[in-house]
Amino acid sequence: MADVNRGNRPLSPHLTIYRPQMTSMSSIFVRVTGNGLIVGAVLVVWWLLAAATSAEAYAVADAVITSVIGKIVMILSLWALWYHLLGGLRHLYWDTTGRGLDVAVAERLGIYMIIGSLGLTVVTVLLI
Amino acid sequence: MRYLTDRKRATGLGSAKGGTTHFWNMTVSSFALLVLVPVFIFTFGPMLGADHAAVVDYFGRPFPALVMALTIVVAMLHFSKGVQVMIEDYSGGATRKLLIILMICVSYGLAAAGLFAVVRLAL
Repeated sequence: MADVNRGNRPLSPHLTIYRPQMTSMSSIFVRVTGNGLIVGAVLVVWWLLAAATSAEAYAVADAVITSVIGKIVMILSLWALWYHLLGGLRHLYWDTTGRGLDVAVAERLGIYMIIGSLGLTVVTVLLI
Repeated sequence: MRYLTDRKRATGLGSAKGGTTHFWNMTVSSFALLVLVPVFIFTFGPMLGADHAAVVDYFGRPFPALVMALTIVVAMLHFSKGVQVMIEDYSGGATRKLLIILMICVSYGLAAAGLFAVVRLAL
C-alpha cells in the first residue's frame, strides 16, 4: 500500500494563518447567523406560547420583546435571517447549477449578500 | 493501522455514514424556507407589540397560522441539521454526541411548543 502514513500527516494551519477574505468571511457569517438565530426562535416561540396562555403572560413576553434590548435582539435577528437567507440562496445556486464558484463571482455574491441583507433589513423595519 | 485496507479505513467516516441524506435534507428545507421566511417576516412582524385580543384574532385566521406553524417546524428541522454540522466541526467524541442529542431535543422541543401555541391560538 502506498500510503501507510495516511493517518499521521501534518494538518494545514487552517484558520489561524489566513488573512480574512470575502469568501471565507461571508461563509463564516452564514454559520454565525444561522446558529445565532436560535435566540430569536426561542423568543418568538415564547411570545407565541404566552399569547396562547393568557393576556397576562402575553403582556410580559410582549414587553420583553418590545423593550430596548428586545428590539435590538429582534432587529439583529431580522438582519441575521435576511443574511442567512441570501447566503443560503448563494449556496443553492452553487449546489444546484454548479456555477458561480470562481473567486471573482463568489466574492461579488458575498458583497451582494452584505448589501442586500442590510437593505432588506432597513426596508423591513420601515414597512413593519 | 498499517494492516487496514483503504476501504476499511474509510468505512464509518464522513459521508460514508449516511451518504448524501443530510445534504439533501438541507437542500429541501432551504428551498422551503426561501419561500416561508419572507412570508413569515411580513405576517408575524406586524403582530409584535399588538394587543392580546388582536394577536389571538390574527392567528385564528388560516393563513397566518399556517405560515407560523410551517415556518417553525421547517426552520427547526433545518436548524437541527445545521447546528449538527457546526458541532461536528468543533467537537469530538462523547461531547460531540451529547451536544448533537441536546440540540436535536431543543429543536424538536421548540417545534412542539410553537405548534402547540399556534394550534391553541387558532382553535
